[in-house]
Formats: sequence, C-alpha cells, structure tokens
Amino acid sequence: MAYSEQEILAGLAEIVSEETGLPTDSVLPEKSFTDDLDIDSLSMMTIVTLAEEKFEVTIPDDEVKNLATVGDAVSFIAGAQA
Amino acid sequence: MSHVPDVVVTGLGATTPLGGDVTSTWAAALNGESGARRFDDAWFERAGTFGIPVEFAATIKVDPGEVLTRPEQKKMDPSAQYAIIAAREAWADAGSPEVDGDRLGSVVSSGIGGLQTILDAWEKLLTNPDGGARRVLPMTVPMLMPNSPTAYVSLEFGARAGAHALVSACASGAEAIGYGVEMIRSGRADVVIAGGTEATIHPMPVAAFAASRTLSLRNHDPEGASRPYDVDRDGFVIGEGSGIVILESAEHAAARGARVYARIAGIGLSADGYHITSPEPSGDGQIRAMKAALEESGIARTDIVHVNAHATSTVVGDLIEARSIRGLLGDEADHVALSATKSMTGHLLGGAGALETIFTVLALHERQAPPTINVENPDPELVLDLVRDKPRALRDGQIGAVNNSFGFGGHNVALVVASV
Repeated sequence: MAYSEQEILAGLAEIVSEETGLPTDSVLPEKSFTDDLDIDSLSMMTIVTLAEEKFEVTIPDDEVKNLATVGDAVSFIAGAQA
Repeated sequence: MSHVPDVVVTGLGATTPLGGDVTSTWAAALNGESGARRFDDAWFERAGTFGIPVEFAATIKVDPGEVLTRPEQKKMDPSAQYAIIAAREAWADAGSPEVDGDRLGSVVSSGIGGLQTILDAWEKLLTNPDGGARRVLPMTVPMLMPNSPTAYVSLEFGARAGAHALVSACASGAEAIGYGVEMIRSGRADVVIAGGTEATIHPMPVAAFAASRTLSLRNHDPEGASRPYDVDRDGFVIGEGSGIVILESAEHAAARGARVYARIAGIGLSADGYHITSPEPSGDGQIRAMKAALEESGIARTDIVHVNAHATSTVVGDLIEARSIRGLLGDEADHVALSATKSMTGHLLGGAGALETIFTVLALHERQAPPTINVENPDPELVLDLVRDKPRALRDGQIGAVNNSFGFGGHNVALVVASV
C-alpha cells in the first residue's frame, strides 16, 4: 500500500519529533533539516533508518545529501514507493 | 606537588530499585524495604519459554520515561539514562557548582556497558535476515560503548578535565569514585562527577548469570531473596540503576560555602589473581585493599564504626568478606556496625559500589547505619555485629566507615569515608 504525501509528512514529522524533541507541527515541508531543525549527520541517518522501516523504502546514502528539506524527503519517499 | 588536597562529597544522586532519587532510596533503605519484584507479564511473554530459572529482579523503581525526554531516551542506552538522571540530581544537590570545565572531570563506570543496545541491534538483524543491516540504528555504537555514560555526563556538564570509565565488574562504581578522588588529589580537577551505573535486566544476562549459578532462585519470595549472612541465602538478586556523587577538593567546596556530607579519606585497591569468579578464600586480597584504604585515611581503627559490606548474598562470598573484616580489624571489629544493603537494593553490579558509597556517606552524615533485611537465621560463622531490620545510631565525634566492593575477576576496592 502506498502512502500519500500527507501521510508521509505526518509520519516523518513523528520520527523527527522523537529524534529532536521538536513538536510535530514544526516539521513543515519547507524546513531545512540542518538549518531549521538543527539535525546533525548522525541524527539524519537515524531519521533515514527509521523512515526506511516505516515506509518500506530504501533511501540510498548518496541520496541523503540531496534531501535538504523535509519536503525533499517526502517527495523522495513518495517516489521510491512505486 | 607539595600539597595533596582533601576530597569531600558535596552532592548525591541516584535512581535505584528503591526510588527515583536519593531521598526516596535512603528513606526506603532505612525503612528496610525490598526493591526486588517478580517480572511483569511482558517479561514472561517475551522470555517465558526460555527456561530461565529466575523469575524476579530488583528493577528500577521510576521509569526513565517519567523524567527524560523521548530524544534523550532514544540517544542513550538505559545504562546512560540512569547515569544522567543520577548525575543531574547530584549536580543540583551540590548547588550546581561554578567550575571551569577544564577543571571538571567525569568518571562514570558500568560493569557491562550498553548491553540492551547490543542485543536490540542484533535482534534487528535476526528478525530482518533479508537486508537487516539497514535497520540497525546509526546511534548503536555510541550507545553500546561502555564509556557512553561517562561521555554523556561529560557532554551535559561540560566536564573537560577528563572523562573516564573504569571497568572492574561489580567493583566498577567504587573504583570510579576512587579514580575521581585521585583526579582531584593529583591536581587534574577541582570537581569530579563520579559513580556507576548498570542496566542489564534482560533475558540474556539473567540467563547468563543464572548459568553461572550465582543468582538466587527464591521465586516464591522475591522480596526475601537477597539475604546476606542468612543461613538460607542462595545467591544474589540482579538489580539495576545508578549512583553518582560530586567529589570536590575541600578548598573548592569551602570557598563556595558548599554543604559537605563527608570526606573520602582512603582508597584501597588490590586484585586476587586467583580465580575468574570466586573470591580468594583466605581474603588476602580483600584485606590488602581495606588495609591500604585505612592506612591512607589516617583514621584510627578504633574510629571505624561502620562497614557497608559488598555482601551479595552468595554462600561463599559473604563469609569470606566477614572474615576479612575481622582479620583486618581484629578485636576492634566488635564495635563495627555491619550493613549489607544489597538485601534491599539487590545487586546493581557496576552501580553497586557507587550506591553503597552514597549509603556510607549518608550513614556518617546522619549518624545511622542502614539495616540488613531478611536475616532470619544468621549464619553461625558470621563473626561480626550485623545491623538487622532497623537502622542503628552511630556515635558522635570523628568516625569513619569502610565501603567494600568486589568484582568478578578478583577486583577488590575499599573506600574509607570519614565524618566531617
């Protein structure tokens, strides 16, 4: 079953919130993982690992550096589901 | 260096099977309560078919989830979570001392390390045989390493004089405090956050300790299972938790007007070099550790009024220690109030020596030795005066106490604590 972009955003927001302590409603598509959410590389990899498990996708390491914003990650996961 | 500083204790913190902080833990200990309980339904659901012969443990009283945020819990193995909880309490209890981070040290030990993290990660592979490596969390290594608790304490408080984690099984917590004292004596630090932690109540380590035949099998009576010096003792009760103290040079504490609980006056270390688990029967190694601590402390034998024994409730170990204390003090041992607090807390392994140092410090500070519970029929070979069931008052004036901690591997650590 494919997740909608809205479901992916909600799920990702939950993962980011657990990792950072930020409220889920602050995890918006335009937010930058590093500049806005203050997520370091190790935390980013944790988020990737948990997102892969949750959405049953693979996010290759080479791709992670292209995921600057929450929206980038949502789009990638949505596309990777196919 | 011409001047070796005295080292005092100015802060205490703990999270234990008896309580989520020092106040509740100490109150429960004075009240003779047991922290041992039967495993919950979730345990038996997960591990009920393994045939583990032990059905109880001294589990932590207050779940870390009640005091830590979710991100904190996710970044730390439970062993580090307990240490951070205890360290925050100790630091606040010391009045959050103003100290240059370059003069602040961290020495927090664990006997075993981040075992639950290791097992969780391995389970990820076993349960995802098809590509499970991508399920292993990136924080696994920083969480499983045995220096993780001391590293997190160093990070949180900006302790940059050094962050250390000495490993000596069940003597680890006491050895950490001893090393913290040495950091101050040698001039490397003015203040040190020191102690021990352990979090290994999980089916695998319980099965493994049971396999070594060192755990009590008193399943019908968990609260009565830890019974050091009772004729029916049959092994220790595995516990978990952390104890942390704030060590400070006496000058530094005086300059800021800090409350001083007690002084760590002597440290004694030795190794048996005898057997990987059994203590050396003559007690020679234990006596050498206690003797060194006593001599260094400068406290007269006549002023040693209390011993917090390592006494884990094993058949052989308890008596060897009792004979060692008698061997060291001779007739002066007659006026020693002996307490075996593991009868209440269970055995916190790497956390034990630190928690028992806290008990020893409080016993001197409040002039009362905590009780030993569950001793219905004292072993006739016990040649010491055991404090049973109710706390006992300790006399006025300058007094000292010994806290013993021994570990698998033949590690012996004795700390002499002095009243102030």
